[in-house]
Amino acid sequence: MKGFAAGLKALSREWRAGELYVLMLSVVVGISALSSVALFTSRVAVTVQQQAAEVLAADLVVSSSRPLSAELPRIAEEFALQQARVTSFPSVAFAGEVSTLISVKAVDESYPLRGRLKVADKLFAQGYPVSRVPAVGEAWGEARLLARLGIETGQRIRLGALELTVTQVADYIPDQGFQFVDLAPTLIINLQDLAASELIRPGSRVSHGLLLAGDPNAIKGAGDRFREMESEFLTVRDLENARPEIRNAASRAKRFLGLAALVSAILSAVAVAMAARRYAARQLDTIALMKCMGASQAMVLRQGVAQLLCLALVTGLAGSLVGYGAQELLAWWARDMVQGVLPPPTLAAWLVGPAAALILLTGFALPPLLELRLVAPLRVLRRDLAPPRASRWVVYGLALSAYMLAVFWLVGEPRTLLLVTGINLAAGLVLGLAGWALVLAVGRLRRGMGAAWRYGLANIARRGSESVIQLVGFGLGLMVMLLLTVTRDDLMSQWRATLPEDAPNQFMINIQPAETDLFLATMKSGDIPAPQLSPLVRGRITAINGVKVGDMDFDDRSGQRWVERERNLTWSAALQDGNILVQGSWWDAGPGSAGQVSVEEDFAGDLGLKLGDQVEFDLSGEPVKASVTSLRQVRWDSFRPNFFMVLSPGTVDESLASYITSVHVGPDQRGVILELARNLPGVTVFDVDAILGQVRGVMDKASLAVQYVFLFTLLAGIMVLLAAVQATRDERRYESAMLRTLGASRRTVLLGVLTEFGVLGLLSGLLAAAGASVASYLLATRVFDLEGHWDGSLWLLGMTAGALLVGVSGLLATRSVVTQPPVITLRGDAG
Amino acid sequence: MEHKDETANRPVLKAVDIGKEVTSPEGPLTILDKVSLEISLGESVAIVGQSGAGKSTLLALLAGLDEASEGEVWLDGEALSTLDEDGRAARRAGRVGFVFQSFHLIPSLTAVENVMLPLELAGEADAESRADEVLKQVGLSARRRHYPRQLSGGEKQRVAIARAFVTRPRILFADEPTGNLDSRTGATIIDLLFSLNSALGTTLVLVTHDHGLALRCDRVIEIEDGRLVAENVSR
Repeated sequence: MKGFAAGLKALSREWRAGELYVLMLSVVVGISALSSVALFTSRVAVTVQQQAAEVLAADLVVSSSRPLSAELPRIAEEFALQQARVTSFPSVAFAGEVSTLISVKAVDESYPLRGRLKVADKLFAQGYPVSRVPAVGEAWGEARLLARLGIETGQRIRLGALELTVTQVADYIPDQGFQFVDLAPTLIINLQDLAASELIRPGSRVSHGLLLAGDPNAIKGAGDRFREMESEFLTVRDLENARPEIRNAASRAKRFLGLAALVSAILSAVAVAMAARRYAARQLDTIALMKCMGASQAMVLRQGVAQLLCLALVTGLAGSLVGYGAQELLAWWARDMVQGVLPPPTLAAWLVGPAAALILLTGFALPPLLELRLVAPLRVLRRDLAPPRASRWVVYGLALSAYMLAVFWLVGEPRTLLLVTGINLAAGLVLGLAGWALVLAVGRLRRGMGAAWRYGLANIARRGSESVIQLVGFGLGLMVMLLLTVTRDDLMSQWRATLPEDAPNQFMINIQPAETDLFLATMKSGDIPAPQLSPLVRGRITAINGVKVGDMDFDDRSGQRWVERERNLTWSAALQDGNILVQGSWWDAGPGSAGQVSVEEDFAGDLGLKLGDQVEFDLSGEPVKASVTSLRQVRWDSFRPNFFMVLSPGTVDESLASYITSVHVGPDQRGVILELARNLPGVTVFDVDAILGQVRGVMDKASLAVQYVFLFTLLAGIMVLLAAVQATRDERRYESAMLRTLGASRRTVLLGVLTEFGVLGLLSGLLAAAGASVASYLLATRVFDLEGHWDGSLWLLGMTAGALLVGVSGLLATRSVVTQPPVITLRGDAG
Repeated sequence: MEHKDETANRPVLKAVDIGKEVTSPEGPLTILDKVSLEISLGESVAIVGQSGAGKSTLLALLAGLDEASEGEVWLDGEALSTLDEDGRAARRAGRVGFVFQSFHLIPSLTAVENVMLPLELAGEADAESRADEVLKQVGLSARRRHYPRQLSGGEKQRVAIARAFVTRPRILFADEPTGNLDSRTGATIIDLLFSLNSALGTTLVLVTHDHGLALRCDRVIEIEDGRLVAENVSR
């Protein structure tokens, strides 16, 4: 206990004497960066998740073709989940003599649990969000339903035995989505009206849905229970198997945020490691003296541990508080972009700060403190005696692993984590090797140069390992800063480029072969460039390699589901945009290519399909055979018609197909849709603007978070530079006093310092640019599924920023040391 | 009476055939070779010699700051070679004081805190009031809250002397205590050292190359090339 109390006392004295500022500042900045990122991203992640959940109007949906058993809501209650009921079925609505096929959606008052319905008061009027559902006796219909029936709002329609007043146009239905075969427009009614319609009878094609929302863990628990009950009648859907566009966007957003958190974590670790080294170095004489006066190793250790724990506690709390304040500021600043109030941070995010402080200090400051215990008391007579080194690789290795685990807990993206950690370790190693090469090289270079240059370069060479450590610190700091500035912009704009302003927002389906000319002419009349029409046939897989699918067992339940339903198929001579061939080869267009099929990678995995397999289809009664000749990756968020299976031309009787396409219709081109409805009433148009908006919303939030978080990362980077410069301040103080005593002018000494830091910065910047280029290429291609490319400006920026930042901060940090009259330093040296 | 004499003459420090050898790029290097000596309680002994003769090495071995390659040192009757570093530190705690050429004050502690440190390490109570008392004896009460960087060389050494005497040590090791001071300040410091020494009955082992200073001690031991070449009683 004696050592413990002594440790705390010593700490308070060191604080008063100003010895702890750099170390504590490094930790506090690191922790605030990390915890603000953690807190902010946890809040944004929740909204991103919620936005993504809009496509289900819930977090979890259980649907059944039979009335829901009482057990389902009971399980939901057990997990304290919010519930809503939706019953959907196809039917016919009448307005006078006019009738149309519709999809009825009967909802209760709680619907929707995620997202909001948008309605318009009239056809083609501006929609607005509402927090209610149609009252009993009312109905809300989609615009095309009203158009087909030729009615306006306020008019009445008949649905089975019911008479309903259409009070609103349903402008946006969160869980609308679209199915190519489910062509009918939607009519929303109140669930209480359902029985009176007398439409539900034994044998009706009804889907009874239970929508659920709540705490993520509860959702997971309930989801597992429901999945055990899955059958041919009952299916469970969550975000994982909801719309792929949104899922892709949400998971990319998560990766971006994870990357930002990770980068601040690495920067803080480097800053703390460097500051702790200096702190420990400054303690050497004190410890030697204390040992002289009778302090034991155990006491020195206890003292060190007490100091560490106290520092971790104080910096962890301070960092978390600063981090919280900073992210609150961010949230306030960004309130317009996130559209509303962000939810509070998760508990896990709160724990990140204190936990990281403990891990940072234990991992990176404990090793030098452990070494202090071994300082020989003889150092009081021989100052050159350094303590024996503990095995740094082991200690730092452990620290790094513990740290990465903690960050993994926060980021939850093993691929990003491993990649970035790997790149950093590799970069550290390369920087270290290059550093030694530089140290050797400048030793030779300095001959035949002016005094300032010689002094600067000689310093780099003489400090040897110290210079290498500084180089690694500067280099890593610059590298992650480059990665985050340049690469962030690059990755973000690439991601946005996947969804340009003119991304298709209308899907048009059911275009008959005879109608294609008229269709294209209608498009042309509306100033819309001729879109590419993809043929669409409905078909079912009947056998694989001669074995009937009914006789096959699939490892994956989704595989089973795939073969039970009809699928959309197409044929194409060329590989479609947004598709990447991952195995096999694409067929040559022309005769003789018939009988081949290209399968989407994941779909092939679910069905256990591989190259060379023979697949038999039933296309509207016509048997077709094809062999798998390629596997593809599909960008599901491209907003173009995408297919799990593409057949080679000539495989299918073309008369069986209808056509599908997607186009971008600008706000002032909307007339073309009415024109289309008049010319080709059989063609169905799906407005996917809302889904597009959802994906863009996810992108905006992620991009915003990364932008703001960058500020903190930059601050952490500057701390690294400061800690690295501070590391040699004491030694430099003495040297410059000596030089000046020997007659060097202030200018010469300052130029020498500038040379030393400038050269170190230039080289660190060069190596950092190399590291950042490789890292950004790997991140783009391996983590974000974007195209990688090499950016020449990164090199220029790296070297310039390195030389300037390191040179100037080195000069500023040592200026007071250099300019102080030598006599003060020389007298003050004998402490 | 006989008993009292016996106590007075018992060696508080005894070295038998101690040597120190280190490895250098040119091979093994002998810094100290078979030095034997005895120092009695209350005695003041100067170790003199040229630079590099091995004076500081001898002091380090006698104080248990370093381990001898051969021979044995008894500090207060205990053989140091049987102790590990912690054991040697425990023997020094509260019994041994040091004064160094470059003062070795802890820059982050004020003058009074520097003086309190050995008392705190020995776990003694009322460290602050005792430290204040000794600071008063060395004439630095007014400077108690000053940091080392705010003190002159002579003041620093006076704080160091206060720190060395605050535990009332049985032995005080001083390594060139005036080496960093001008002659007038040096003389004041030496007067202070000797007056505290005689007032508290401390054994003084002093390394110096200042013969004038050496002659103020009871005995002078001369070291040359690592060997003890002469031993004179000076007064």
